[in-house]
Amino acid sequence: MPAIDTPLARPAALAVLKNLFWRPAARQKLLAFASLVALLVFFTFASPNFMEVDNLVSILQATAVNGVLAIASTFVIVSAGIDLSVGTLMTFCAVMAGVVLTNHGMPLPLGVAAAIATGALCGLVSGTLIAKLKIPPFIATLGMMMLLKGLSLVISGTKPIYFNDTPGFSAISQDSLIGDLIPALPIPNAVLILFVLAIVASVVLERTALGRYTYAIGSNEEAIRLSGVNVDFWKIVVYALGGGICGIAGLLIASRLNSAQPALGQGYELDAIAAVVIGGTSLSGGSGTILGTIIGAFIMSVLTNGLRILSVAQEWQTVVTGVIIILAVWADILRRRTRA
Amino acid sequence: MFKKTVIAAALCVAAALAGSAGAQQPQPYIPLISKGFQHQFWQAVKAGAEQAGKDYNVRITFEGPETEAMVDKQIDMLSSALAKHPSAIGFAALDSQAALPLLKKAQAAKIPVIAFDSGVDSDIPATTATTDNKAAAALAADKMAQLIGDAGEVGLVVHDQTSRTGIDRRDGFVERIKSAHPKVKVVSVQYGAGDHLKSTEVAKAMLQAYPNLKGIFGSNEGSAAGVVNAVRETHRKIVVIGYDSGKQQKDAIREGIEAGAITQNPVGIGYKTVEAAVKALKGEKLPKVIDTGFYWYDKTNIDDPKIAAVLYN
Repeated sequence: MPAIDTPLARPAALAVLKNLFWRPAARQKLLAFASLVALLVFFTFASPNFMEVDNLVSILQATAVNGVLAIASTFVIVSAGIDLSVGTLMTFCAVMAGVVLTNHGMPLPLGVAAAIATGALCGLVSGTLIAKLKIPPFIATLGMMMLLKGLSLVISGTKPIYFNDTPGFSAISQDSLIGDLIPALPIPNAVLILFVLAIVASVVLERTALGRYTYAIGSNEEAIRLSGVNVDFWKIVVYALGGGICGIAGLLIASRLNSAQPALGQGYELDAIAAVVIGGTSLSGGSGTILGTIIGAFIMSVLTNGLRILSVAQEWQTVVTGVIIILAVWADILRRRTRA
Repeated sequence: MFKKTVIAAALCVAAALAGSAGAQQPQPYIPLISKGFQHQFWQAVKAGAEQAGKDYNVRITFEGPETEAMVDKQIDMLSSALAKHPSAIGFAALDSQAALPLLKKAQAAKIPVIAFDSGVDSDIPATTATTDNKAAAALAADKMAQLIGDAGEVGLVVHDQTSRTGIDRRDGFVERIKSAHPKVKVVSVQYGAGDHLKSTEVAKAMLQAYPNLKGIFGSNEGSAAGVVNAVRETHRKIVVIGYDSGKQQKDAIREGIEAGAITQNPVGIGYKTVEAAVKALKGEKLPKVIDTGFYWYDKTNIDDPKIAAVLYN
């Protein structure tokens, strides 16, 4: 990827540090992070069962899929778009992995490639509908959401596809490479994949031409079009990238459940969007970071897990989660207004 | 800073709510992880479990995902339940295979697992508290045949073609018609996801396609309510037989639009699950399956105390 401006001579680590603590956008990440820490402290004192290795591992495990979908959504939302199809696309990719691995008995790497390629291809279709046919993103991806939901059911014959004959498939998500090296840290591979993906996505968004164009399209599409950038092309790339990342989410969920569940997926796009928004990304585009999104995803899963551990009645769990989302976004708006 | 205060405030609310639910006493704790939560059926199971909790002095919590498709959410719930070091667990699996690693963990920790409703496809659970769905649907088939004069065309609106209950109720009905009622013909089996509106559309299309249709069997609360809607909207005179209860079905049965329905004993499922858990904790031997029973009800016995006790709105 060609970088468009080049004063990157100073050591990268210093740049990252400065980015973390000095920019105004970074201060907000600190706030989100502080909220996450506040939640962790609260639940630790509220229940003796919360701060246990097993439970922390389940929180990490529960964050992986939503975190990956939220990364995909971050790219799209920063470009001032929206992708409602991430959940059912994830399922479709899982089903395609099942078709390749279980129905055709091909080796594991081909299944992984099939899932990611399927995701990228579907993202490419969404992007083309939006950029070339000028269908509004909400409608184009709503259509894709339904289309993919149906196709998952058709291709799987409405039955789950199990991965029992593919040794190593469940290891993608459930085993722990870190735990093999350091037995005290049994962090599941799904979480390792989430973190590695987050770092890569962060670099792509902040340090490459693709990232810069994503922000630029999100803040002022007309201006960047007039300055000669091929906006349509970059939009399609953004959706295809998001789709490919959904393919990774598909692998994670299929590996965790040891099966591709064809009816799953609808509703997951809203969890992903919530994580992105709690992480401080504006739905009107042009701003946002991957780190914020990851913190947002963790705030959601810590909250869900903590309320469960406290045995809060399920109907109230949903109420509290809704209130937290509204408050988080409202606080963010207030902060922006006071700074301006 | 602001955000922190806001979240802290919200958490105080959460803590207050938690306080009411989670009084720390040394009584045994048994979480039930079900397949659903909002549906009236599951609320009745929950009520039965809570009653047993009172009778046996154990603490109960009841959770389930929003839809039966959310396998991974259910796994997260099971995982949180295990983190609370429960005495025993009640579990109705959406996908037994997906839950296996956690069930093995429960087994290793010597936490008895009691399966309920559609159960768990594994030998880990100590027992399964469930309705014999096939026998219950066969009873529905006999009633249908009797009410249409043992001859003519009938159809089925089923809630799901993949879940155990959907398959058992469909097969139980169809097989009984084939083996015992040769002049009755099942002309159509359609699926409405247990959703009231979808089932209405499915049933209307069926009525349109088969002008001589004499009866429809709706395989759960949503399916039966959908069939009733369709009959109301099209003003056709057919025999409707439902499954489970719910206010719409009960009203339709009282009005005579629906001939009658099979009811499971959801309160009993919840009660027996907790009871079995308590017995397992005491080390008592349990049968492989605990049949929680089913009943036929219609206009004549809907207010019978024995029936009314297991119906829900």
